[in-house]
Amino acid sequence: MSAPLSGPGSATQTPGREPARPGLPRTSRTARNHAPITATGLVVKVVLLGLVAGIAIWAAFPLIEAGHWIGLGVLAATTAGLFYLYLSRRHIPAKYLVPGTLFLIAFQVFPVLYTASTAFTNFGDGHRGSKDDAIVAIQTSSVKQVPGSTEYNLSIATKGDPATGSLVFLLSDPKTKEVFAGDAGGLRKLDAADVTVSSLSGKVTAADGYTVLNIGQASGRSDAVTALIVPTDDGAIRSNGLTRAYEGKAARAYDAGCDCVKDSETGKTWSADEKAGSFVAADGERLTQGWKVDVGLKNFSAVLTDPNISKPFFGTLAWNFAFAIGSTGFTFLLGMAIALALHSPRMKGTNFYRVLLILPYAMPSFAMLLVWRDMFNTDFGLVNNLFGLDVDWFGGSWSARIAVLLVQLWLGYPYMFLVATGALQAIPRELTEATSVDGATPWQSFKAVTLPLLLVALSPLLIASFAYNFNNVNAILFTTEGGPFAPDNPRNGATDLLITYTYRLAFGAQGAEFGLAATVSIFIFAIVATVSAISFRRTRKQEEVYS
Amino acid sequence: MRIRTAGVVAVLGLALAASGCGDSGSDDKPAADQSAKATGGKLVIWADDKRTAALKPFAEEFGKENGVTVEVQAVSKDLQTNFVTASQQGSGPDVVVGAHDWIGNMVQNGAIDPVQLPAEQKSGFNETAIKAVTFNGQLYGVPYATENVALIRNTELAPEAPKTIEDLVATGKKLKAEKKATEILCLQSGQNGDAYHIYPLYTSGGGNLFGTTANGDYDPKDLGVGKPESIAAFQKIAKLGEKGDGALKRSITPENAISTFTGKKCAFLVSGPWAVADAKKANIKYDISPVPGFAGGKEAQPFVGVQAFYVAAKGKNKALAQEFVTNYVTKPELAVALYKAEPRPPALTAAFDQVKGEDADLAKFSEAGKNGQVLPAIPAMAAIWDPFGKAEAAIIGGADPAKTITAAGKTIQGQIK
Repeated sequence: MSAPLSGPGSATQTPGREPARPGLPRTSRTARNHAPITATGLVVKVVLLGLVAGIAIWAAFPLIEAGHWIGLGVLAATTAGLFYLYLSRRHIPAKYLVPGTLFLIAFQVFPVLYTASTAFTNFGDGHRGSKDDAIVAIQTSSVKQVPGSTEYNLSIATKGDPATGSLVFLLSDPKTKEVFAGDAGGLRKLDAADVTVSSLSGKVTAADGYTVLNIGQASGRSDAVTALIVPTDDGAIRSNGLTRAYEGKAARAYDAGCDCVKDSETGKTWSADEKAGSFVAADGERLTQGWKVDVGLKNFSAVLTDPNISKPFFGTLAWNFAFAIGSTGFTFLLGMAIALALHSPRMKGTNFYRVLLILPYAMPSFAMLLVWRDMFNTDFGLVNNLFGLDVDWFGGSWSARIAVLLVQLWLGYPYMFLVATGALQAIPRELTEATSVDGATPWQSFKAVTLPLLLVALSPLLIASFAYNFNNVNAILFTTEGGPFAPDNPRNGATDLLITYTYRLAFGAQGAEFGLAATVSIFIFAIVATVSAISFRRTRKQEEVYS
Repeated sequence: MRIRTAGVVAVLGLALAASGCGDSGSDDKPAADQSAKATGGKLVIWADDKRTAALKPFAEEFGKENGVTVEVQAVSKDLQTNFVTASQQGSGPDVVVGAHDWIGNMVQNGAIDPVQLPAEQKSGFNETAIKAVTFNGQLYGVPYATENVALIRNTELAPEAPKTIEDLVATGKKLKAEKKATEILCLQSGQNGDAYHIYPLYTSGGGNLFGTTANGDYDPKDLGVGKPESIAAFQKIAKLGEKGDGALKRSITPENAISTFTGKKCAFLVSGPWAVADAKKANIKYDISPVPGFAGGKEAQPFVGVQAFYVAAKGKNKALAQEFVTNYVTKPELAVALYKAEPRPPALTAAFDQVKGEDADLAKFSEAGKNGQVLPAIPAMAAIWDPFGKAEAAIIGGADPAKTITAAGKTIQGQIK
């Protein structure tokens, strides 16, 4: 999107002029004055800048509503900066770099930073919100009906205008037929002469001095209805929906003085533990509703010291490498072999074969993984039935590993075949012909000419494929689910990748633990980043050798 | 020229921005108009695909009757997780429909509020269902259907309902020898086990998951897995496994258990009401009886699960949500319609009696669940499923029960906070 925005000097480069090299300072005053402004360029510019402004305004309202002034400031500064950049004629390099940088920050840097910051918290089930949220949840969930109290029929009314007037509960007692008006000030008995009570529903339908709301009107003021609590001697009358009310009492209340929650029925107290983000009683009992707190390096030390996590970590890491290398290597070998075979000029009907070979790639891999899982079933699977075997594929560690690699091979080779075919066609035939003139065998010529040239083109793709397979969740979760598991350790299986293992640790038991998951993913990120950095460095060396 | 271009760009940009702004404004406007017409409230309900279809007509009727807008939104995957996450962000629904074993997690995340049902309304429900939605002494949902597994048998292959598991194995072995079936029993396990389906056998063998506190709630501090009773239960289960009778097999998975039964490859299937539709479609003559226990063992108790409506704690229209859940969901007509969308026994006694006559299977499933145990809703239950299932699979495959179950118990204990 940046090219048309840059205005002068890009699309309209006059032929024959030296292409501008990056980093080379240009005295662009002359160039700028010469570059014509095309209608298309202008329209594109206007539309894109209009979009930017539109998105900014669209994003601003929720920010204002939530009072995120820092966010609003960032939004305003970014938008103003973008307008300045593309309306001014200077800062040509920035015009190219800024969009990509913004996307990089939004979709790469921010998630990484967010993950990293989550790793230092106990964010997870039971610890999702703030302490205030937890207190509200504890208090509302302890509201119980006062034993033996009356269930009232409720009509919601206002004094004055239905939309703005202050709310009043008109309560009729179904047994005594008495009618009360209740608001935050308390309960008042109304004179039977002033009210009309429906004999059918038992609800007040009209009352002197009040406007009775219908359900639609009342539901429009739902928050106020829920918030209205009529104090009584034993507790308070609360609405239960829009047609009934009950006298309830919150058994548990938060006391800011002792920073604890007290139960008025049992007298038990739970004190806030800011380190754990929970209310804990003297006997160690926790209230289920907790809140999110910073736990420092606790998650990191858990990963390193918990024997359940750290003991299988290195075994899993080794298999993870084997899986990624195996998936990439075998698919590459098979794909390349087929590409070579079809590349041979003596081969007939190559197009037909190519279409046939692409088929596995054209099918959705999700569905194919599930089909393969069923094909490896011991008793009902196609693999065993076809070959007359009785192998418990996913039941044994090594057979399960072989099975997932076979599935990966089937799913992945068409891609390697495609890219290898493309790369092969880019290698001039003269080179191989020259080697055969020199008396090289086909194998020698392949080894000395074709393969190195292929690798120059395909190395980045192989690295990408490795990185992808290193974290290939689907390939495992849809087939073996990480199994088979040793009888004495249900948390780590023979085909688990680090990522599926993390998933199980974080979400498999006792609800979601995002903090721990973020910590393990930081470890994985470090490993993949190191591997990629080393391989790219090697690739660069290789390119220098052959180019 | 330069200034002119910049000017044009700025003006057009502003115009577009204004139109963008106008868009969002016009988005708000109809809503405002509508609310003026409908006088306000909007109720948003989240349910899974099947129930959304059944709920829609009733939700619309409720909206029309009361002059409010009701939206039923289908969440086809991970409804509970999505609900908890969305409600944390304040973008959740007002009402959510789901299984009762979600309650523990939804409560610990402050996502749902207790429901106040008057005693006479409560008494209209199946007692087990009310017990299931009660958590920490509070009622958290209004139940509408119950479900449990039973033994479904092909009456052409096995005319008599087996009294014990041993009877069942004997019949199954005979059928296998006569080449009338290839499997003894279709009880799904897979490589990672299935705690829900094996549970009747586990209880018959004497095992339990949690002890109970004085008031009858499950006690997460008293874990039954790993105790001698649980090991004894799994020793009995091991005898049915691949190294024993071969009645339990890891190759029978959640995906192929029902289809193997409808394909007449096994005479017995342990499954729930959801399997009946498939059996009918395949024209199988079937009958339903309780899952039998071990000879001389305890009663085989299946898990009883309950589907319920919950009021979201952070919904935008709580009063309306309470109104809908306590006064509208409790109507028998709605329960019958939900039953027709998916045939699970209604939790409302009146609705159950109404459909019982037309569907004999219902009574049989309900009979099979009579002695069942309510699926624990405590958050600690989340720690059970995975290790318990894997231990089951390992034991079916021939692993040593004592060692495996002790390890599983340890893992579960370590997960329970």
